[in-house]
Amino acid sequence: MNSLGFAKDPKDTRVVVAMSGGVDSSVVASLLHEQGYDVIGVTLQLYDVGEVLKKKGACCAGQDIYDAKRVAEERGFPHYVLNYESNFRQSVIDDFVDTYLKGETPIPCVRCNQTVKFRDLLKVAKDLNADCLATGHYIQRIVRENGVSEMHRAVDVTKDQSYFLFATTQEQLDFLRFPLGGWTKDVTRDHALRLGLITAQKPDSQDICFVPNGDYASVVRNIKPEAEKPGLIHHVDGRVVGEHHGIIHYTIGQRKGLGIGGGVQENNDPLYVVNIDAQQNSVTVGPKEFLARDIVMIKDCNWLGGTGGDITVKLRSMTRAVPARIERHADNTATLYLDAAQYGISPGQAAVCYDGARMIGGGWISSTAQSQNFQVNAA
Amino acid sequence: MFTATNRRVYFDHNATTPLRPVARAAMDLAHDRGGNASSVHAEGRTARAMVEKARKQIASPLDVDPAQVIFTSGATESNNGILRGFPDRKIFISAVEHPCVHENRGENSTLIPVTQDGVVDVAAFEQMIAACDRPALVSVMTVNNETGVIQPIAEIMTIAKKYNAITHTDAVQALGRLPITRAALNVDFLTLSAHKVGGPQGVGATIIAPGAPLPRFIIGGSQERNHRAGTENVPAIAGFGAAVEEAIHQRDTYVTTLTHLREEMEREMKRISPSIRIYGVNAPRVANTICLTVPHVSSETMLMAMDIDGVAISSGAACSSGTVRPSRVLMQMGVSEEDAKTALRISLGWNSTQDDVEKFLTIWQKISARLMS
Repeated sequence: MNSLGFAKDPKDTRVVVAMSGGVDSSVVASLLHEQGYDVIGVTLQLYDVGEVLKKKGACCAGQDIYDAKRVAEERGFPHYVLNYESNFRQSVIDDFVDTYLKGETPIPCVRCNQTVKFRDLLKVAKDLNADCLATGHYIQRIVRENGVSEMHRAVDVTKDQSYFLFATTQEQLDFLRFPLGGWTKDVTRDHALRLGLITAQKPDSQDICFVPNGDYASVVRNIKPEAEKPGLIHHVDGRVVGEHHGIIHYTIGQRKGLGIGGGVQENNDPLYVVNIDAQQNSVTVGPKEFLARDIVMIKDCNWLGGTGGDITVKLRSMTRAVPARIERHADNTATLYLDAAQYGISPGQAAVCYDGARMIGGGWISSTAQSQNFQVNAA
Repeated sequence: MFTATNRRVYFDHNATTPLRPVARAAMDLAHDRGGNASSVHAEGRTARAMVEKARKQIASPLDVDPAQVIFTSGATESNNGILRGFPDRKIFISAVEHPCVHENRGENSTLIPVTQDGVVDVAAFEQMIAACDRPALVSVMTVNNETGVIQPIAEIMTIAKKYNAITHTDAVQALGRLPITRAALNVDFLTLSAHKVGGPQGVGATIIAPGAPLPRFIIGGSQERNHRAGTENVPAIAGFGAAVEEAIHQRDTYVTTLTHLREEMEREMKRISPSIRIYGVNAPRVANTICLTVPHVSSETMLMAMDIDGVAISSGAACSSGTVRPSRVLMQMGVSEEDAKTALRISLGWNSTQDDVEKFLTIWQKISARLMS
């Protein structure tokens, strides 16, 4: 077996590498090429920055595409840029905007992996007669003795990207390879330096790729100008405590930037967004205890193993997985019963389930509930 | 049978065609001699002689005086200079022009429609220009770069002249493939590019009719009769001249050979993949170009698969990032966006051989079997 799990020489193993122009995927492509694989680098042009921001003059490729091309040129393997603007627009950006308009908080990276990368690009890789598609994601793919491939958290927990990959199907997983899953970022950077890659010192991307400077509202506004409809901010006790300039600016659990002056709460406890009602175009704020939820309903589930029972679940990309019991339903939905209530669970985000280190799939959060009413000392 | 060789098949000559040995020799000589063509000393005079020799080599087949040849950095500069040189005129261009014309048409312009075969609708043009209340500039390419379709330039420009228009043709894809002269095409300005005929990249020319009001392209020194400032690129110009001379000399052989090769390719490709459609088949086309659609197989995938197996072809139009977009030219011909996304351009050139065609067909067969099944 070669390092990608094929019983043939690396030179006879064709691997398409999805190159974003960042250091991780640059290292994947360059290392596999160094190991003698038949590497084909592919970078997707997903959007036109100028178009997203409605600015004239900006065309085509950004710096990342240029960097990916340069890495491939210097290392000496073929590289192509594919125009996926319309796929990305339909599969990712439109959903991103619609989710905000519903008062929910989207995760476009999951949609992108699910559609553009692992559906569309994977088909191209198969059309090119590739044996597999490799990416720079930090996640481990482990093949059991019975031949079934599983997804496990990355060794470097701070880099683990399993949350963003929950929608990967078994068939896709069988074709995918994640060479960085066993490494820390430092090891990746060391290889980048050793190979002299121009991307070696590139900072990690933080934001959503098509949202410059984190200003997601401007993206929503440009696509749906009517999205910024002003409305009222209610307190959970019924009072109107302020006005908002569009529900797209709010996320469940948000505490900062609510636009409410002090003195609303007698004890000056902080206020949080506890509900967003798209129909009424209203935002409700309240003290933290109103965020408590221990039942989470999820939909459009994807499962890579397990059947139900005790698991841990990650409800946001940046929080730890918490213990829960899961009941799967026939209509591709499921109910999660959390051992302890969590705060700030937002519909639109993913609930991703784990059996130990193994990621067994998950679904999109459709609604949340609290199993027992508790006393709140509302002002 | 397919025999594996590392030799690639280059069938993208409309993008650029390999440098001819005679052009390389002329360039080597110019590099060896050095000299600025504007200098008064012996080195300068040597450089000047090379520039003027090239000017003659280009003027002669176009049946113009050498003084009517102005060297530029290429067709984009030549076309920009003309399209932007007459701001007071109403501009008519065909709907299928190259971006270096299309993007310079300005707001005060009209696209002349083309037929489904990609030929300019002459009757429509005549109505349009007859209805125009101002002096016009008419620019139509001689041969389309994506389809190889030949435009009825003489006919179009004769009409244009009836209405006192200034006339221009981008003849980049026609040089060496069609017998063209400035007078026969009835144009005031004609654009040429070196690297489409086997000269170097980065040099081209504008041919001007006697007395035509050529705008100044670049401002500075008085080179090129004060129309185009900047030190002449002597080696490139020398290579350009040598390439044109040879291309014209070999044109009959080129046309005969490539017509034969293309007929074989089109016949065999249709046999292998009966669902393909070739564009412009009912129109006159230059001998080297095949533009076709392969239903349901994206151009990008086909291009990559062919490239990986050693064959260079292209889709209609590539963006500067190297991504493929649906061809505007084909969509102007009434092709659906879906079909335009599956369009390929195969263009042969002066050094294409029967061997190339056979290797191409072998790989085409293999990849079609994989992607079209």
